[in-house]
Amino acid sequence: MRGNAEAHELIAPGSLAGVLDLLASAPGEWTPIAGGTELMVAFSVGRLRARRLVNLWGIRDLRFIQADGEHYTIGACTTFLDLRAHAGLAAELPLLAKAASWIGSVANQSRATIGGNLVNGSPAADSSPALLAYDAEVELISHRGSRRIPYAQFHTGYKRNAMAADELLFAIHVPRRFAHHRQYLRKVGTRRAMAISKVALAGTALLDGNVVSEIRLGAACLAAFPARLTQTEDVLLGQKMNRETVQAARRALAAEAQPIDDIRSTAAYRKSVAANLLEEFLLELAHLGTQQ
Amino acid sequence: MSTEWPSIHFTVNGSAVTVKPPPMKRLLDVLREDLHLTGTKEGCGEGECGSCSVRINGELVNSCLVPVVQAEGANVQTVEGLATDGKLNGLQQAFLDCGGAQCGICTPGMLMAAAQLLERNPQPDMNEIREGLAGNLCRCTGFMRIFESVLAAAAHADTTEAGHAR
Repeated sequence: MRGNAEAHELIAPGSLAGVLDLLASAPGEWTPIAGGTELMVAFSVGRLRARRLVNLWGIRDLRFIQADGEHYTIGACTTFLDLRAHAGLAAELPLLAKAASWIGSVANQSRATIGGNLVNGSPAADSSPALLAYDAEVELISHRGSRRIPYAQFHTGYKRNAMAADELLFAIHVPRRFAHHRQYLRKVGTRRAMAISKVALAGTALLDGNVVSEIRLGAACLAAFPARLTQTEDVLLGQKMNRETVQAARRALAAEAQPIDDIRSTAAYRKSVAANLLEEFLLELAHLGTQQ
Repeated sequence: MSTEWPSIHFTVNGSAVTVKPPPMKRLLDVLREDLHLTGTKEGCGEGECGSCSVRINGELVNSCLVPVVQAEGANVQTVEGLATDGKLNGLQQAFLDCGGAQCGICTPGMLMAAAQLLERNPQPDMNEIREGLAGNLCRCTGFMRIFESVLAAAAHADTTEAGHAR
């Protein structure tokens, strides 16, 4: 069944303050819509449950990229094309720029926003593994003020997150301290454009000689939401990079990952490919270690 | 339902328009039903196929995913805006010359995606063309003739420009 435009209210306050007023006036009643690449798909086929929507697209206070000494701050309504076009960000946060290039096609990247990607909360979200590996924080805003939490604590369940009913995702803060980290990101899908991930893995790591002194692993499609692989990280931390460490990390990932069977792939395939991606990253690290 | 909806103003192919549809109505449907610009086609209605591609403020978008209220104040260009005074532009002519159009459903979207690409990158290589058109599906041509059409349009524009320069 097709969506019926008359059955949905969509208002456009035109300012961040106007949106926050509305959210505060009836918490949980209004669903924010930005580029529409998720909600309008549901609408088109008559599956959009939200009856009252509030427009974020075009609000300038939500679409920006700023850098200070420690962080890049990315407004929630920044599009993936904006991210790709920002030379400084693309150079310093290559994993994020790479992830942005994977989102759908040009026509999706011009509309899809990084905030929408996170709030939508798909386990396969393209920007999530990189943001997890970069130890990003999210800034939530409401009439009551704003607060920052680690992005790793943002998702709390399948399509659930830590936002209160009157809160809006305002910005994502990505630390700039990863410039000298070894970085890795790979997505496995059916084709390069338009495909939703079967599995994706991002990693950042520092080696001290041949020893892993810092490592973060962010994964898509290995749980009900994008998440760090903390147990696998623990197995690697402080270890020498060698064959045994790689095998131990593979086992840890296999124990930690909880993928599902669905239309795009199987749990077994996802687990096995994720372990291969991890090994690819670790072998790059090991190679780096032997060069030092 | 006889609700009175607020007016929405924007520009289509250089002409100011005012429409009064429900704000959630898809730009695609407003173009086709309210403004009778039926060049823009609906394929999947899910942002996967690119048939409904138009340009808004110089960006390529899938018009099936744009609620019309988000077009307020915008400059929209559709496939009808490519030709001038009934004369095809270079890209359209190249699609004709190279067999880049068959059944025609994907063609308006292909043209808009190609127009977007050539504006940003006047001399794209084959990989850049493939990326620029990756969101547009065609079930007739096997894509090669479409890619060749874009290459031909770029080459022709280049020689025309060089001609002017001389």
